[in-house]
Amino acid sequence: MLQNYSQPLEFTNLTTWIDSTLGANLPSFWSIAIEMVLVAVALLAVYSLTAMILIYVERKITAFFQARIGPNRVGKYGIFQTVADVIKILLKEIIHVNKVDKFLFYAAPFFMIVASMLTFGAIPFAQGLHAVDFNIGVFYVTAVSSLGIIGVLLAGWSSNNKYSMIGAMRSGAQFVSYELSAGFALMTMVVLTGTMQLSEMIESQRFCWNIFNGHISAIVAFIIYLISGHAETNRGPFDLPEAESELTAGYHTEYSGLQFGFFYLAEYLNMFIIASIAATVFLGGWMPLQVRGWDAFNQIMWYLPSYMWFTIKVFLLIFFSLWVRWSFPRLRIDQLLNLEWKYLLPINLVNILVMVLLVLAGWTLNDIF
Amino acid sequence: MEKLTNLIEKKFPNALHVESPKLTFSIDYKELHAFISFLHSYSEHPYDYLVYLIGNDEGEILSVSYLLSCSTNPSLEIVVKTGTSDRENPLLYSITDLYETAHLNERETYAMFGIRFINNPDMRRFLLNDDWVGFPLRKDYNMDPAINPVSIISKDMVDTAPRIMETPEGLKEEIINIFEADDYIINIGPQHPSTHGVMHFRTALDGEIVKKIDVHSGYIHRGIEKLSENLTYPQILHFTDRLDYLSANINRHGLCMCVEKAADIEVPQRAQYIRTIMDELTRMSSHLLAWSAQTNDLGATTAFIYGMREREIILDIFDKTCGGRLIMNQNVIGGVMFDIYADFQKDVKAFIIYMRDKLKEYDRFFSHNVIALGRMVKIGILSKPDAISYAVTGPAGRASGWSCDVRKHQPYALYDKVEFTEVTRSEGDSYARYLNRLDEIEQSLHIIEQLIDNIPEGDYCAKTKAIIKLPVGEYYQNVEAGKGLFGVYIESRGEKTPWRLKLRSPSLSLVSVMPLICKNEKISDFIGIGGSMDYVIPDIDR
Repeated sequence: MLQNYSQPLEFTNLTTWIDSTLGANLPSFWSIAIEMVLVAVALLAVYSLTAMILIYVERKITAFFQARIGPNRVGKYGIFQTVADVIKILLKEIIHVNKVDKFLFYAAPFFMIVASMLTFGAIPFAQGLHAVDFNIGVFYVTAVSSLGIIGVLLAGWSSNNKYSMIGAMRSGAQFVSYELSAGFALMTMVVLTGTMQLSEMIESQRFCWNIFNGHISAIVAFIIYLISGHAETNRGPFDLPEAESELTAGYHTEYSGLQFGFFYLAEYLNMFIIASIAATVFLGGWMPLQVRGWDAFNQIMWYLPSYMWFTIKVFLLIFFSLWVRWSFPRLRIDQLLNLEWKYLLPINLVNILVMVLLVLAGWTLNDIF
Repeated sequence: MEKLTNLIEKKFPNALHVESPKLTFSIDYKELHAFISFLHSYSEHPYDYLVYLIGNDEGEILSVSYLLSCSTNPSLEIVVKTGTSDRENPLLYSITDLYETAHLNERETYAMFGIRFINNPDMRRFLLNDDWVGFPLRKDYNMDPAINPVSIISKDMVDTAPRIMETPEGLKEEIINIFEADDYIINIGPQHPSTHGVMHFRTALDGEIVKKIDVHSGYIHRGIEKLSENLTYPQILHFTDRLDYLSANINRHGLCMCVEKAADIEVPQRAQYIRTIMDELTRMSSHLLAWSAQTNDLGATTAFIYGMREREIILDIFDKTCGGRLIMNQNVIGGVMFDIYADFQKDVKAFIIYMRDKLKEYDRFFSHNVIALGRMVKIGILSKPDAISYAVTGPAGRASGWSCDVRKHQPYALYDKVEFTEVTRSEGDSYARYLNRLDEIEQSLHIIEQLIDNIPEGDYCAKTKAIIKLPVGEYYQNVEAGKGLFGVYIESRGEKTPWRLKLRSPSLSLVSVMPLICKNEKISDFIGIGGSMDYVIPDIDR
């Protein structure tokens, strides 16, 4: 069905060519092995590149919000600023603190980075650009992305610093609470689509994105997912674990150099991951905007390759997240937990029931039209 | 006043009525507490507001003078003096039970003069280390740096405090613990982004809740009062800008006025106009920074930049007027150093229009934000009696419903000629303090509006002698700085340098009340309340 439309700029063309060339010239074991290495390298490259782009984008957008200019020295419009920063952070000395719990202290950043990388691998970036496509994809990303909190807790605990400790404890309470809401919001959409596999979810949204398909219930779930996703990534107004005006830097106060870089990288990537999951589950992922029966329109939409669609959706969500971050003051820990346990969670539970009713009664947009 | 004087003469026959510009009584230290508590509870107008507490080394005796005032009418003032001739172990009675603000002031007096106060619950030195040798403000202090060398050795904090209590068996010296044995104590400061300088709060926490705060200060104590004793008055002027650097111009105005009053120098009208306008511009820049810092403490970095953006324009005007942006050096004895520049009026008028517009933007952007309200409303409530007892003046005091604006009660410069409203609120919470500052910006704009078109022609500085000698006597001047009442006390012995110079700092009161209003609040609110109090540390560490 997809092949009905001409897609000149798709990555699938490249990937199928590589696959067929390797398959024709090498035994199947070697061709698979080489492909795996290629995928891993590509993922890592995309991972760090995304982080660099995000950091630049955030700095520039924030500057515009704040009536500033932002980076403008390294390269035109400062586009190489992040490159310079990365080089700097790689060269920086790692300060070894005497009174830390050594093993846990050095292990903590890896938990963060590994958790975000594992999630990153399961994201469908474009048609055919999907490294791991589990049949329990939604479950997998939820599970793996929560591993990061172990890193935060370990960092706070092993630093032997009272500020870090408070930051880590806040973070623990916050993460565990909001994980529930995020999970329930995704669950609502699983009820709607009837699958946990991300590729199938996208396929089911071909003509009608989930957010429209499940109308009221889906919109509620979307908003809740954005809020809790925002909270999970520790970004303002939910940046209590770091809260630089209260806890100096919270759980990563004692880290320096590349170790700090890992936390920093993971934070930015988590923002990207949350936005991608939201885009995939609610906004049709990489699927272009299509209308049933309008073939010419659909063909035009397909000229814009699917990774561009994905990028546009994700960046819109990220922009929204930045907008919120730079507009609001920070919540207090009790207000934060109140919001979750007294409002979001009950609403969510009711919302799932509503969604179940919608699906059973056949009131989704796909059913009606 | 007559009535009170008669009453005092009847009740306290030993109180000596001293001739002085202000009503002054000198009393034996044994009777001091009874005397002050009589004034404190005087039914007609209780003297429930301690403006300053000044230690002094008068050669033979070590004395302390208290300026008492009435919270409902701050223009009523009584000076009470007491002293002791025992220079080895000077002991006086504390009035901390009557005025909470006396607590830190008495501790400072102990550090500077070695006078210990009986019944003060915590008699550690303030501003100086416990192991400091000598008492710096005494005239016989040995300044040899070898006695108090700069140490780079890390020292542990000692959380015990000595005190002398009066018991039926006599005086009892004891040592108390400030915290309980298993308290979880964190150091907020001296290096911390939200203490607005090198302030050090030792904070005992119960989870996220603040149990107790112990204030340490003095990390940037420069001994300005001691230095001033060897400098001429025009030289001292430069120090005032470096106290509360956000109210630099106003502080300097205070010292200039005090000297002018003492030396009987007539300030030209044009200079008065320039001073008043510059003072109000300074107040706005101080309030804008306070607003910015408070929003930043609450986690709203964008609002922080917005406040800075507006403040920048004021600083540009300062820059063009006198070349300074933060430390302006504009006021001199007899007037101002520089006349205003040609486009001054135009720039200021443009700023008034611009600022009114921005105040509306602040209102839309932050003042009604639901998270901001949750972080400010009913947080850090300071009641009016506490505000008076701790002598919390300025926007913070007025947010507790205490009308304490010096510009209204003891007008100076042109403040009796302009029309403006004293902004008071009765809630006493962070939000009231927040709104008060924004409203005061509007009032400052209003004051400037009335003056800007009427600046008279003429001299901008009176001719003064090259060396200014003040006649023998004590002089005191209040001004309303950005943070509250700033006072300058000069005791002159007819020299070209002062015998004693004391700067009454508004920030000290603001900090001294922090342990009270932050108790049982969350640690994040402690930071937020700190932002709403808006203290500046160099003002405390004079």
